[in-house]
Amino acid sequence: MNYLQLLQLAAPETIVTVTVLAVLGLDLTVLRGKSIAARFHAGVFLSVLGCASAALLAFTRHQDANLLNGILIANPTVDFIKVALLVLTIFTLLISTSGKFTDHVGEYLSLVLLATIGLMFLVSTEDLLMIFIALELASLSLYILTAFNKHNSKSSEAALKYFLFGGMSAAFLLFGFSLLYGISGSTNLREIATGIAGRGLDPLLLVAIVTTVIGFGFKVAAVPFHLWAPDAYEGAPTPSAAFIAAGSKVASFFILAKIFTLGFAGAQGSAVWHGYLSGWTPTVAVVAALSMVLGNLTAIVQSSVKRLLAYSAIAHAGYMLLGVLSNTPLSASAMMFYVITYALTVIGAFGVVAVVEDATGSDAIANFNGLSRRAPGLSLCLLIFLLSLGGIPPLAGFIGKFFLFSAAVGAENHLGLLWLVILAIAMSAVSFYYYLRVLKAAYVQDAPENAPAIQVPLVTMFTLVLLALLVILLGCAPGLLTQYL
Amino acid sequence: MLAWTIYITFIGVLVLMLLPRDNARAARIVALLTAVLGCAVAFVGAIQQTNPGEVTTIVKADWIPAIGAKYFLAADGISLVLVVLTGLAAVTGILFSWNIEKRTKEFFAFYLALIGGVYGVFLSFDVLLLFVFYELTIIPKYFLIARWGSTRKEYGAMKLALYSFVGSHLVLIGMIAAWVVAKGQLGHASLNLVELSQVAFPIAFQHWVFPLVFLGFAILAGLWPFHTWAPTGHVAAPTAGSMLLAGVVMKLGAYGCLRVAMLMFPEGVRMWQGEIACLAVGGIVYGAGVALVQKDFKFVIGYSSVSHMGFVLLGLATLNTIGLDGAVLQMFSHGIIAGLLFGVVGRMVYDRTHTRDFNDLEKMNVGKLLPFAGITFVIAGIASMGLPGFSGFVAELQVLMGAWAVFPKLTILSGIGIVVGVAYTLRAVQKGFYSDVPAEAPHHHHEHPLEPISLPEKVGAVMLIGASLVVGLFPGLLMNWIEPCFKSSLFKRLLEGGSL
Amino acid sequence: MNHWLTILTLVPFIGGFIVAALGAERKNLVRIIALATSLIGLGGALCMWMHFDAKSGGLQFIEKFEWVKSLGIQYFLGVDGLGLLMVLLTAIVTPLAILASWNVEDRPHVFHALVLWLQAGLFGTFTALNFFHWFLFWELGLIPAFFLIKLWGGPKRGPAATQFFIYTMVGSVALLLSFLVIRLATGSFDFIDLAGMAKSGELNTKLAAIMPWVSWKSNIGLIVFFGAFLGFAVKVPVIPFHTWLPAAYSEAPSSVTMLLTGVMSKMGVYGFLRILLPIFPEQIREMLTPLLWLAVATIVLSACAAFAQKDLKRMLAYSSINHLGYCLLAMFAAASVATGVTASDLQKAAALDGALLQMFNHGLTASALFLFVSLLEKRTGGLRGLDDFGGIRKVVPVFTGLMGISLFSSLGLPGLNGFVGEFLIFKGVFPLEPWAAAISTIGILVTAIFLLTLIQRIFCGPLNERWAKLPDLTTAERLLVLPSIALMFVLGIWPQFILGAVDATVMKLVQQLNF
Repeated sequence: MNYLQLLQLAAPETIVTVTVLAVLGLDLTVLRGKSIAARFHAGVFLSVLGCASAALLAFTRHQDANLLNGILIANPTVDFIKVALLVLTIFTLLISTSGKFTDHVGEYLSLVLLATIGLMFLVSTEDLLMIFIALELASLSLYILTAFNKHNSKSSEAALKYFLFGGMSAAFLLFGFSLLYGISGSTNLREIATGIAGRGLDPLLLVAIVTTVIGFGFKVAAVPFHLWAPDAYEGAPTPSAAFIAAGSKVASFFILAKIFTLGFAGAQGSAVWHGYLSGWTPTVAVVAALSMVLGNLTAIVQSSVKRLLAYSAIAHAGYMLLGVLSNTPLSASAMMFYVITYALTVIGAFGVVAVVEDATGSDAIANFNGLSRRAPGLSLCLLIFLLSLGGIPPLAGFIGKFFLFSAAVGAENHLGLLWLVILAIAMSAVSFYYYLRVLKAAYVQDAPENAPAIQVPLVTMFTLVLLALLVILLGCAPGLLTQYL
Repeated sequence: MLAWTIYITFIGVLVLMLLPRDNARAARIVALLTAVLGCAVAFVGAIQQTNPGEVTTIVKADWIPAIGAKYFLAADGISLVLVVLTGLAAVTGILFSWNIEKRTKEFFAFYLALIGGVYGVFLSFDVLLLFVFYELTIIPKYFLIARWGSTRKEYGAMKLALYSFVGSHLVLIGMIAAWVVAKGQLGHASLNLVELSQVAFPIAFQHWVFPLVFLGFAILAGLWPFHTWAPTGHVAAPTAGSMLLAGVVMKLGAYGCLRVAMLMFPEGVRMWQGEIACLAVGGIVYGAGVALVQKDFKFVIGYSSVSHMGFVLLGLATLNTIGLDGAVLQMFSHGIIAGLLFGVVGRMVYDRTHTRDFNDLEKMNVGKLLPFAGITFVIAGIASMGLPGFSGFVAELQVLMGAWAVFPKLTILSGIGIVVGVAYTLRAVQKGFYSDVPAEAPHHHHEHPLEPISLPEKVGAVMLIGASLVVGLFPGLLMNWIEPCFKSSLFKRLLEGGSL
Repeated sequence: MNHWLTILTLVPFIGGFIVAALGAERKNLVRIIALATSLIGLGGALCMWMHFDAKSGGLQFIEKFEWVKSLGIQYFLGVDGLGLLMVLLTAIVTPLAILASWNVEDRPHVFHALVLWLQAGLFGTFTALNFFHWFLFWELGLIPAFFLIKLWGGPKRGPAATQFFIYTMVGSVALLLSFLVIRLATGSFDFIDLAGMAKSGELNTKLAAIMPWVSWKSNIGLIVFFGAFLGFAVKVPVIPFHTWLPAAYSEAPSSVTMLLTGVMSKMGVYGFLRILLPIFPEQIREMLTPLLWLAVATIVLSACAAFAQKDLKRMLAYSSINHLGYCLLAMFAAASVATGVTASDLQKAAALDGALLQMFNHGLTASALFLFVSLLEKRTGGLRGLDDFGGIRKVVPVFTGLMGISLFSSLGLPGLNGFVGEFLIFKGVFPLEPWAAAISTIGILVTAIFLLTLIQRIFCGPLNERWAKLPDLTTAERLLVLPSIALMFVLGIWPQFILGAVDATVMKLVQQLNF
């Protein structure tokens, strides 16, 4: 290998890195003393430009390479995931344009971009070490992003909680990885797979599997490792929360699926009803079932919309894990479709929440009362996002669920995973209730007297409408996305 | 041609959304125009269809190739009947909600969205597409009730939405399972109903998956004891909402039972036939019995809907052509009659007197104050009782004939339901319109004379009465569409075990 | 193909709409048009009576064409002697009822429209020969009757109307369910076809064949018969099913009661003759003894019940049940097993002739009686208790005389119409079922007693001073009751007027029953 090749492979990441520096520099020099709004606009414009060019590059190049035994790989799927990550970042940036939560604009934007870089590296590797490093790069950025709202003590509290849980999960992950290395003598996923194949499930491997599940369980906020999530979502500045829920989730799930399906290929076991075999799938199945049930049931009683979205995110993590444990190429692509559309939707939902929070001072459900009168366009977008999360056709969320569940049902012979699918579908029926609660506030309740119309910033409105259209489009023509997965 | 019913309706929704916020008049006119146009297209399209017995493709295009889903709209005679019903219900519903002043534009936008979804369900021959349209109707329903309804509207709306959602999720489970199994049998992924109806699903599979799918749809059809959403939902809904709920939405459920559950899993039906018939008759008798003791006028009609839908389900359970003919005709008939009843009670009476309590209505003697409302209700009541000359009679006649051949004892039981049906209708006529209680404080009415029945209401009522009469006197008009369907190859597998 | 029967039904139907459309203000116009319409009906019926070929005994004025092909439904009209007799009765009673209700002031347009629609329903019922539209008219007749009672009735009209409606509907539903079984087994709704099948025994075979797995299939014919029987029994009514009747008759305005008793009650008897007897002869024969007991009970118990009444209208209502009981007796006896064929045929014919005559007579007499009651009520402000009067013959001699004639006609005094019918019935029934005829004579006796009591308590005895100024019948009123009284005499002396027309029909019916 030579460095030129490395640079070429890592070109999108490089472009984003350069953008980080440019944004920081610009904010420090030219924009000094300007209003926060102007700094945000300029900074976001530059960042979006960088991300867009990186995405364009990743989208148009047709690389197929494997550098240093899986340390850095490139193929169309990976590139497409990168594109998706970049697009999600762009949307996150756009909804933060009108933010008033910080005056450290340059730092905020560059941290978002840094996290994106971490995530991009995370998806383009098949090596445990690289996975860990990339994950930590992204996580550290996210911790800081969570703490960014200095006016709100909840923000720092949430960040600390997130940080402590994150640190613990990293420890678990590292422990699991070290065991894997010890068993197989390699850090490359494919070699690990050959290393553990045929060994049977000895206690060491089992511990490795369990700790890896725990480590990623924290990252994707699956029950019982979810405790940080509601606080982090609630305390963090809303765009940060959106990013945690969207971009980081896409990358985490991609790599999670990769580790399990690739690295633990020989030890999947079986989660089939009456056909249980120990391995990683039953372990994940338990986590998935718990997440779906607990996430949905807890979401019902929330009064803060952000917390509600947090619990719904936990539940959605459960559905996504279903895609992981089905363990077929079809289910993997179904899961990726689901994660990406979920991410798009959830950014939109957080975008709406951000606007409402700015206008009314809190994200309580009661503050959404009469939203359809105060901001018809905004509430229409909210309607689309929440219905998509609830799985109403013809929105993307429904098609995602359909893909995911049908792949899961078709995965094992004789409908073996049907029990889990039935649970998932039942829980998704439950989830409808709490989404409807928010929509009821927006569409049915009357606004408080003399409540003024909410002015939605132009960029935000544009972003939200774009997202809503995407959600509808991907629901009606999912082929646009599935062809890349 | 028929596909334009869907497109026109959704275009109407878009136009409404673009209208200025406070122009109620424009909103009404746009809504009415859209509905009339949709209805006209439905009529013309239905008449143009030369061979109602066969599934005639309207549009067929690839949609999601990965799972074999197609954008496949088609129609056979059953669809035609229900599409025409939807058209009629849509127009009359708008006529009966002409007086909506609160957020008129949004009301009609939701209303038309619901109608568009309903058209879509009746014309879809791709299971996924059907399901998409089916779910699409849930949201407008919810908002129509929760926003513009009365009496515990939020509770009723939520109950309805959750029941629908639970039902549709049961369907989803069955649909996914069937898709997987069919893929194994066909060798390629398919969601085409015509194709799926020819797949020989394993019998053991049918035995458990059929009840799931059937129940999922039947919840919306008001299958007893899963009917409880219906009365509360109907009562809570605004007039046009209840008209649509009883008029077409409940038909969605029954249609799904027939078109999806029964067509795909004939062995499953045969296994569960008796249970379904028992529940259906339970609904007929229970609905009628409970309607007899209600204090709220709308609850009477709500429970009567449960009772009448019992006939549809009973007809479906017979699995013979005459019973199924009757079931489909009853869908049409109940759609018309229940719409009319709700129109009278909700719009003509409740909007003017602001009460639906029989104790209050008894003192008003509404029959004298609003003669038109009284007469309309009497005619609708007669039709609802299943007296000959109206559509309900021909439909129930065939259902009962079909049922005699299979479940003689249950048929006799359902006879009791009919008698009780007569009783509650009479009670409603007496208490609601022609009571003997002397009018209390007559001067009260002189101060606030009831607003006379408006022209749109009269037109709507006459349309519905006319439809019921025409079908009652010339059932052949619709039977010519329905009958060939059940003789076609599509239904052969379902019916070959039946005796008639 | 002619359309006389359709037109006959349509005239009052459309007339009803015209009257209703005139509105409440033009009261006299409404009344005149209603009367004119009913007179057109009468004219039409008379024309048909003239053109009716009495000798053939078959169906005439037939109209038949396909209606709903898939259900085997035809539009099939036609009358034989029986049908035409009923049509004529309806046509006679309706104008009388309209005249009797001349003074209705509350919404007269609706009132008269309902009366005309009721007439249309009756015409339809008596001319339809396919179950489908026969049932349509059978049920539609109910609706106007219900509202006439409900809206213009006495103080307890609400419950009375409801009871009337529900009872009849219970019967109708049973009837409907039975006919659905028949349709399912035979594929036909056509009364004439079905009678043919019954005669050839095909009907029972087919009925048994449709439900091979049902344990009670051997009795299916009987069950179907019971369903249909219930439908007609409620309408006539036969005694355990009669409880709706006194309330309905007494609460209804008297002019409406004229129609109810005069014609509507004949619907039930007509149903027995047209449907039950030809289609279920075997079942009737099987259940003959219980059925005869029912008929006897109807005759005797209703007479006794009438005796116990204090209200004039209730008494007449029970007497109405009693009179129709004779028709039932005759019909059931006619279905009994023949021993000596030729002789019994004559007896059966006599019984059925008597039944038909009795139907017409009762329609005439009972409606006249209720007409008198309405005239009386008009004078007394609604009072009609037996004890409220006394000795009024001195004050209102003409009224007393004319009503007395009607009462004696009802009682069966020779020379008046009532006698001939009852005589023929007993003449036929005695040889066929002697025991039943014997017990039924008790009914005649009690009838005589209570009618005489009525005459005595109201017209004779010391004058109740309260009524000292009771006005007698006006000329118009005299003219109004005159036709009925005249007909009573005419038919009493010349029953051949009716018998001649129905004889052939009756012979045919008797043939139908012999196999």
